[in-house]
This record gives sequence, C-alpha cells and structure tokens, in this order.
Amino acid sequence: MDNPEAIAILQAMTDDFDLLIVGGGLTGPALALAAAQAGLRSAVIDALPAATLQDPGFDGRSYALALASQRMLKALGVWDDVAGEAQPILDISVSDGQVGQGPGPFGLAFDHAEIEDGPMGFMSEDRHLRPALLRAMAAEPRVSVLNGLAVTDQAVTPGQARVTLSDGSKLAGRLLIGADGRRSGTARRAGIGRLEWSYGQTALVCALSHELPHNGIARQIFLPQGPLAILPLTGKRCSIVWSEDTKLAAEIQAMTPDAYLAALAPRFGDVLGGLSLAGDRFTYPLNLTLARQMTGERLALVGDASHGVHPIAGQGLNAGFRDVGALAQVLAEATRRGEDIGAPDVLTRYAQWRRADTTSLALATDAFNRLFSNDNPLLRAGRGLGMGLVNALPPLRRTLIREAAGIAGDVPDLLRGKPL
Amino acid sequence: MQPSETTVDPAEIAKFEAMAAEWWDPQGKFKPLHMLNPCRLSYITSQIAAQFERDLAGPAPFSGLRILDIGCGGGLLSEPMARLGAKVVGADAAARNIPVARIHAEQSGLDIDYRHVTAEALAADGEEFDAVLNMEVVEHVADPLAYLTACRQLLKAGGIQLCSTLNRNPKSYLMAIVGAEHVMRWLPKGTHEWSKFITPDELFELLSQSGMHPVDRKGFVFNPLLWSWSLSDRDLSVNYVTASVKPA
Repeated sequence: MDNPEAIAILQAMTDDFDLLIVGGGLTGPALALAAAQAGLRSAVIDALPAATLQDPGFDGRSYALALASQRMLKALGVWDDVAGEAQPILDISVSDGQVGQGPGPFGLAFDHAEIEDGPMGFMSEDRHLRPALLRAMAAEPRVSVLNGLAVTDQAVTPGQARVTLSDGSKLAGRLLIGADGRRSGTARRAGIGRLEWSYGQTALVCALSHELPHNGIARQIFLPQGPLAILPLTGKRCSIVWSEDTKLAAEIQAMTPDAYLAALAPRFGDVLGGLSLAGDRFTYPLNLTLARQMTGERLALVGDASHGVHPIAGQGLNAGFRDVGALAQVLAEATRRGEDIGAPDVLTRYAQWRRADTTSLALATDAFNRLFSNDNPLLRAGRGLGMGLVNALPPLRRTLIREAAGIAGDVPDLLRGKPL
Repeated sequence: MQPSETTVDPAEIAKFEAMAAEWWDPQGKFKPLHMLNPCRLSYITSQIAAQFERDLAGPAPFSGLRILDIGCGGGLLSEPMARLGAKVVGADAAARNIPVARIHAEQSGLDIDYRHVTAEALAADGEEFDAVLNMEVVEHVADPLAYLTACRQLLKAGGIQLCSTLNRNPKSYLMAIVGAEHVMRWLPKGTHEWSKFITPDELFELLSQSGMHPVDRKGFVFNPLLWSWSLSDRDLSVNYVTASVKPA
C-alpha cells in the first residue's frame, strides 16, 4: 500500500457516504462538488495517484467549454480559479478544405454577438481545469478523495451500494456513480453493455504558438481525412485536434517536431502565420461508445462512461457537465423530499432527462464526421451549400449558436449558473 | 400483537422481504403510488417546512418533529419523513404491512416506529404529534367525522394535518374507478367506493367540524403526456390534498 494519506482518510470514516464516485477526472469531481451543495457527502475514488493527476504533462488536451459549462463551473466556485488562464471564444469559423488548397468557397461563421449572452464559450487547458477541480474538492468538507486505489469489486445490497478497493478496504454509499470514462469498469461490472464504433481515426493533439493573433476565433476545417480543429488559447497560442487515419496518425506522431509542423502546415493554412510547438504532443484514438443504459441498480453513469462521442464539435465534456448538472439537480430535489437518492424511480428521472440529449448528440457528431470526412464531390458540394444556407438564415444560425453554447433546451439549473 | 424479532421464523422473514421489495418496486403492484409519491412528498414537505419554519435545503430539516403516518403501508411516506430527521410513527390497520415496512426501514438504515394500530386507538392512548399524514385514507373509513376528530386529537396545538382524498363528481368516477381500476388496472377492482368520495368543500367542512383550521388545498393532476403528476391550484377535480392546522 503506497498511499498512507488514503489510509488515514479511510480510517477516519465512521459513517457511510451518499455517493461513491468512481473516477476522479473532470465529471466525477464536478459531480462531487455539485452534490455537496445539496448536502450530500461523496467519496471520489481514482486509481491514479494524486501526483499523476496534478502533473501538468498528464493530459495535453484543452476543452472548449460551452457557456453553460462555464456557468456551472462558476456556480460550483471553480471558475474564478481557472478564468485567468481561459481564452474566450468570440467566433467560430467552420470551413471545408483540401490539403494545400485552403478553405473552400463556402463557410460558416458564428459570431457571439448574435446571442446576447457573452462569449460562445471558453478554451480551458486540462492542466489548469483539472487541478482547479482537485483544489475545490480539497476545500470541500463533504468530499473525500481517495487516490491510488482501484475498485476491484462492486455490489448492491438492499439500501446500499458497496465497493471493494484494491487495498481490500470497503466503502458503502447510497448511490454508485460511474465517472470512469469510455472504458468504464463501473458499467462493465454492473453488466451494462456498450454500443461502440471505431472511426479508424486518431486525434493528434498539441498546443502551438503562432505569429499572428487569433482574435478569439475557433476554427474547424473539414478535410477529407478528418477534421482539424484550431482552438484559441491565451496569448498567441492555440490547441489543435487533428484527426487522421490511425496508421497515418502514428507515422505523423513519430515524426520530428519540424517534420510534424511541415505536415500540418498545408492543412492549417497560413492565417495565423508561422507555427511552433508549445508543449508535448499527444494522440487519442477516436471512437464512439454509448452505454446501453445510463442507470442500473443504485448506479448512475455520467460523462464518457455513459456516452463517449467523437470530439468533432467539442461536445464531449460539455455533455458530461450536463449529466452532472441534471443528476445533481435530480438528487438535490429527491433529498429535499426525503426520497432515497438510489431508488430506481429517482434514477429514472435522471435517465429520462438525459437520454434524448445524449443519443442525439452521439448520432449527430457521428453523422457530422461521416459527412465531412469524405472526398465525394457530391457530398462536398452538398455540405458547402448546406453551410451557405445556414449562413443565409440568421434564425437557424442563432439556434445553432445557442445549441453550441449549451443554453438551449431543458437546461439544468447549475448550467444556468444557479447553485443548487 | 407485535412479533418480536427473535420469534419470527426465517420463512416468514423471506416472505416479508419479498413483500417489501414489491411495495418498493416502482414498476410493480404499487406503481400508481410511486408515480404519485414525488408530488405528494413535495406538498407534504413544503407544508410542514412552512408550518414549522424549517429550511428543506438544510441538514435534517424535520429534526425534533414527531410525525404520524396513518395507513403507512410499506412506508412510502414514513421513510422520507424519517430521512428528513423526523421521529416517525407509521400506523396501519393491516397487520401484514407492519413487518414488511419494518424490514424495509431496517434495510434503508432508518429508525421508524411501525405499529399495527388505528388512529382512534392512538388518540385514546393520548399520543401527540406535530404533523399527521392522513393520505388517501378518509375515503375508506365508515365515519369520516369521527375519524378526523381522532386525527385532530393526535395533534399538538399548532400541529398540521395533511389530508388527501378523491373528489366526488362524474370525472372522478371515470378516472378513479373506470380508469384506474377497470381500464389501467392500476388498482384492484373494488378499491374505491365512489359514494364515499368527498368534495373539497365537504372535506373543509368536516375538518372544521373536527376542530381543525383548514389553510390550503391543491389538486394532484395527472399529465398523460408526461406520464407524471403535478400540483395544481385550480384543478381539484379528481385527486386533491388539504392542509389544516390545529388551533392553539
């Protein structure tokens, strides 16, 4: 046992938890903080040691936080801690391109001024967001963090969910939460199957420095091999999500930095001037994975454990935060009525709230990717016309902007910025 | 009358556990009660919180309150009250419900005093409560005024009674008897006798005669599109609930 801190915490636990949250990434901590506002006590369990999660080099991704997600982080008291390092997204530019030819004749431009709610979202780097959530959990007495311990077994007894950890210790709570990502062991142990598609694509991810200012514009260029997202970070930096066939991506990843940048340049174009690497390079295989159920017996899945989507529209984490907001609100309301938060009818309310949204998101991003990762001239012409049409119709464009900002539909209170 | 834990045989316990699971299965035999329960609980909790100036968002908002749940069944209302911090007595005239409710409370880690007893007997014993939950009972009793008088006696001065029942009109006949018992089969045929249903004005009058001061009434309205119940200020045409306070 290499974690004396966790042992001390376990020994100090005399009574049970409300939530046993498996997964200490982003949605798990966000849920623990939201549940704490409703008076619920959580244990957040992560197999990785604390030092790994706090390491700035652990995850090179950046997140396009929709306005709604930013509002939730604010309501959870986390936003002020990351705001200084977050880049507002003022415009989104979508274009169709071919390598070496620059953007096609049709394009989509979304301007935040079309919705009156401020920027369309914010770019936040994992190395800032993750530690901010960890700090907020450390400051919250209703949250206990257990790092370096894996869940080896889970069981449901009448009235309780129980987990056994890798050091043999056992925890009990009223509800088990699977926030453990695309390969959720929590869902697997509960016998919840998954629907999976692999895109045969891998995302190359890194931060770049560039010569010219980005003016807060997020760019999405659809190339036949896969989309390239260029997302503004603070200063003259951006984060790219560059999708290629898995085999080619492996070759690109293995290149020297100079060769890597040379391969990127014809896709990227010259709109931001000369490029240089601003950090480590990472790869993430792209697949779509949907759990067949969002809930089980005394179990709820949130985030990628429930629905890992293609990162094409940057909606993965935002959808996870919507899960968090909806589940926390359902649990808060149940708590105020004195209901058992792990009861099947309570969990059904969460599943009903989120099911339509997550399924349509998965299908839409999948269809989007299939439509755009294609060099068929008819499809190219069709999507060009489609984008031109969306541009020509301001109401449709505003609807899309509101959807992208996460402020359309039946939005949980936390994502409206209202604490529970 | 109450079986002690040590003398009950294991086969009996297994049977009670199965019955408890049945009571608490939202898709099972008591589905209609489960569907109505969040709506009933919202009303009950907000009325009790208002009467005793408690904050439902705070920890154990009902601590220090003694609550009686008449016709407790499997404990669908008793358990939430206990979870909110109240000391709860669950009373049921059906003896078989008592061990079932006890087993489920134990599984839920809640301490609830379930008794096979009538409201009248509790009143005769001089028991007193801050709140009496009198939900979907009054339409089943032979003498509503005598029953409501016993409920009033069970309250401390300033205590609150939540009383729900079914309205008496052609719509309630269609919904509660034809619809719920014959078409949807939500309830066994013969569960309700329409002539015993009580209009809201009649119930207010009965409550006043029993010595209570009626303060509020709301309808429980079923929305077939959302397949859920909600509270209504205006539509008391079928299911409805009242709040009344015992004067000091």
